[in-house]
Order: sequence, then structure tokens, then C-alpha cells
Amino acid sequence: MVEELGKTMEGDLIINVGPQHPATHGVLHLVITLNGETIKNVEPHLGYIHRSIEKMSESLTYRQFIYVTSRMDYLSAHINNHACALCVEKGLQVEVPARAQVIRVLMDELTRIASHELWWGAMAMDLGALTPFFYAFRERETINEIMEETCGARLTMNYMVPGGVLQDLHPDFQRKVKEFIQLYKRKIHEYDELVTGNIIFQNRMKGVGYLSPEDAISYGCSGPVTRGSGVRSDVRKIYPYEIYDKLEFDEVLETGCDSFARYLVRVREMEQSVRIIEQLIDNIPEGDYQAKTKAVLKLPKGEFYQRVETARGELGVYIVSEGGTTPYRIKYRSPGFSNLSVLNKIATGSKLGDLVAMMGTLDLVIPDIDR
Amino acid sequence: MQNEELKATITELLPAATFEEGGEWVNVQVEAADWLALAQALRNNPALNFDYLFCLTCVDWKTHLTMVYHLSSTQYRHNMVVKVKLDRNKPEVETLSAIWRTAEFHEREVYEMFGVNFLNHPDLRLLILPDGWEGRNPLRKDFEDPINMIKL
Repeated sequence: MVEELGKTMEGDLIINVGPQHPATHGVLHLVITLNGETIKNVEPHLGYIHRSIEKMSESLTYRQFIYVTSRMDYLSAHINNHACALCVEKGLQVEVPARAQVIRVLMDELTRIASHELWWGAMAMDLGALTPFFYAFRERETINEIMEETCGARLTMNYMVPGGVLQDLHPDFQRKVKEFIQLYKRKIHEYDELVTGNIIFQNRMKGVGYLSPEDAISYGCSGPVTRGSGVRSDVRKIYPYEIYDKLEFDEVLETGCDSFARYLVRVREMEQSVRIIEQLIDNIPEGDYQAKTKAVLKLPKGEFYQRVETARGELGVYIVSEGGTTPYRIKYRSPGFSNLSVLNKIATGSKLGDLVAMMGTLDLVIPDIDR
Repeated sequence: MQNEELKATITELLPAATFEEGGEWVNVQVEAADWLALAQALRNNPALNFDYLFCLTCVDWKTHLTMVYHLSSTQYRHNMVVKVKLDRNKPEVETLSAIWRTAEFHEREVYEMFGVNFLNHPDLRLLILPDGWEGRNPLRKDFEDPINMIKL
């Protein structure tokens, strides 16, 4: 607080938003300098949910540390686990069975839909519409049930392990996923009718939070935030992992550079995820769901980096190994951390009321930022 | 650009740079004093155009600290890793926040977690840790917190 006071001029007002403010969706603390209603500066104060997952991982084995990462971006738990599993497999040079690869991609895409559903509901709620939240949770709940059956958990699944997945699919998995896709296709038009085409909603989103493509890259943004500025950044397309190079799906790009463009990218991405699931759900190969690995994993001396596309953007896992059973150093390059850093840039000069719309379209998940 | 071409171009820009073999990407080691000039060249050279700094971190090797920068080009899709060795007792390196804006936040994180002093950084203060943590760097290997740290 003291530093902010030093920068203010006469007539400026400093307000705190968070860390217990409902619009920040978690424990984000913003110190906002206002002149009238115009934002002069937004200063995020982080650390309210910092658990030092990087330090913790240094004393956990290569099988154990994956479980902690579910607690980073808890809406993309599968994809976090996936990144870690891929990184360890890269070091061990393990071949993952085809069945496990397909299961992993299916789970990733279901997670992506669930995450975007929650974002969509919360986004509309931020702007004052409560109904979409219930619509979104109606569909999201069916995904959570599918997860619960197969993985045993609804949010922190811990389902992906080095070499494959923890256990085989539940016998009902295929039927339930097909039911979900039918439900989703029946309901998706409601999203557009209720929110996307709504003139009040569009007026609050269009032209708000302008982020130029150059800034998006320079600030290290990734995921739908960059794609809303027309920058190709989908890791699944650019640096394909698992079986993404064999699948048919489009990278959704919008060129509006504003909050509405970022909104559209996420809504359209859900449709692409459904497309991927449809290609795979009837073609899950038979066979093992886990490669045979040693009980105690030891990575060779060296460095391994793996990036994946989570629902929020590019997650990087950087492992430095000294040849032991625990990593010497782990760095998680979380998408939310970089996406948050751009908030001051896009919010300065806007009105306070628009800040919530901008934060909403950055899709901030605070445990992912703090780690 | 392929890895071999990248190596040749970087050697041209900075003959003192050494390369580490192995790994999927070009791995360059430079002196802290040379790093800022090389970083500007990597960003501004039209044939290289490293415009995306996707990871910035530090590793504590007990005898020294190593800054690790992962760079990528959204135009050419080539990647590289730059490492800068720092003195553990007085770690200092130039900030990159004027070249890649994302460095500003990441450097603040490294500053508090490892105690690296980034010269000419516009706003170098604690980001995640609460006030009063200056001087104790949690991600250094010799950091001890008998109350909150659980050893397995």
C-alpha cells in the first residue's frame, strides 16, 4: 500500500479489491488507483494462496509430485497432471500405450469443456446475469460425474501417472460421454441466445480491454487471451504432443483484440473440444492403459521441458534432474501468472466498471498464479 | 531456423558464448555482462526474432546460481535456452523487462525466491511473499523453515 501512495497525485483515490471480493474469484488482491472513475494503475498483490508447490516438489518423488499439481490450476487438473507425466516420460523415454494416449486426450478435452463452462457462467455472473451460471453448471455437472466414476474425484483427479493412466476407464464411460455430447449439442444454442447475442452483454464487452498482438506476445500471454488478439498460440497445434497431430480440429482465432473476442474464442473452443471427443470416443483402442515402469523412477541427469495447452494457456513444466529419485528443481510456467501481468496494461485508462469484464476474460485462477 | 543454423548465428553475434550439448533445444551459456546486448540482438535480429520469453527462472546449484531463460519465436517457431551463471553471494544481472515485458513479473518472482538483484528493473519488490521477507529466499537450497516445511 505504501508504495502506491507514493505514486498518487491530488484527487486520486486508492481502493482495494479483494482478497475477499466475490468478483476476483478467489484470493486476488488488486490495489487500484483511480481518478474519478478512470483507472490509473492496477497493482496485483499475490501470495494469499501461495503454497510453494515448486519447493514442495523438490522433496517428492517423480510419482508423488504429480498429485500436488492438481492443486495449481484446479479447473485443469487433468491437463496439469498430463504435463508432468509427459515431462517425466520424456526423461525416462517411456512409450505410452495407444489406449492410454486416447484416454488422456479424451480427459483433457472434457476438462477443457468443464473449465470453459465454469468460466462462461462466472463471466456472465460478473456482468450481472445470474441465469447463465445455472445453465453452465447443468452441463458441467455431467462432466464431473463422468470424472467421478472413472477417476474417483471431481476436481483433483490425479488420474494421469508416468506411463499412462492410473486405472482403466469405467465401463459406463463411453455411454455417459455420448450422452453428454448429445445434451451439449441440444443446449449449446442457448448459450449464444442467452449471452453471446445479447446486446447488453455485447455493449459491455466490445472495445473493452484492448490487447494488441504485439503486447500479447511481449507480456507472455497464451491461450485464449492471445488467440483473441489473432496470434496463433495453441500448443496442441504448434508443438503437438500425444495424438493431437492426428486429430482434426481448428485453432480458434479472433481478431477483435477486445474482451468480446476473448469471450468468443473460449465459446468456440468448447465446440472444437466436442469435435475431438467425437472422433475418439468410438475409437478407443484395446490394450494396456499403463506402460510398465519401475516402482521407483529415476530420471537421468539433465533438463526436461514440456509444454501443454491447458484451458487457460500454455503450461510449462521444467524439471532439472541430478539423476536421483526426486527432482533437483521444478519450475511451473503457469499461464495465469503471465496473463495477469497484462491486466495493468489493458485496464489503464478504462472505467472501473469495465475492470470486472476484463478480469473475467483473462480467466484468472488464483492458485494457478500463486502456485 | 534449425539448431545448427541458430548456433552459427549466435556464435557470430557473441563469439564468447558456449554451447551445452544434449537436450532438444540450443542451449547457450553467456556471461552476465554480455547477456543484455545478446538479448537485444536475439529480439531485434529479423532472422531470429525471439519475441516470446516463455519461461524465466533460476536454479540454485549451491556453489552458484544459474538464470535460465527459455525463448521462442512466434514467427519462425524456433526455441532456445540461455543460461547465465551468477555469483551466489552477490547475484546481479541486467533486467530484460524493456525487451520482453513478461520479464518484469517473472524477475520479481526470482528476486524474492532466489535473491537475484535485477539491475535497472523498474519495480523490483516482493510480489508473492508478504512484507518483511527481504533477505530470506525460500527457493534457495539452504532455506530452512522448521515450522512450515515438511520433510518426507
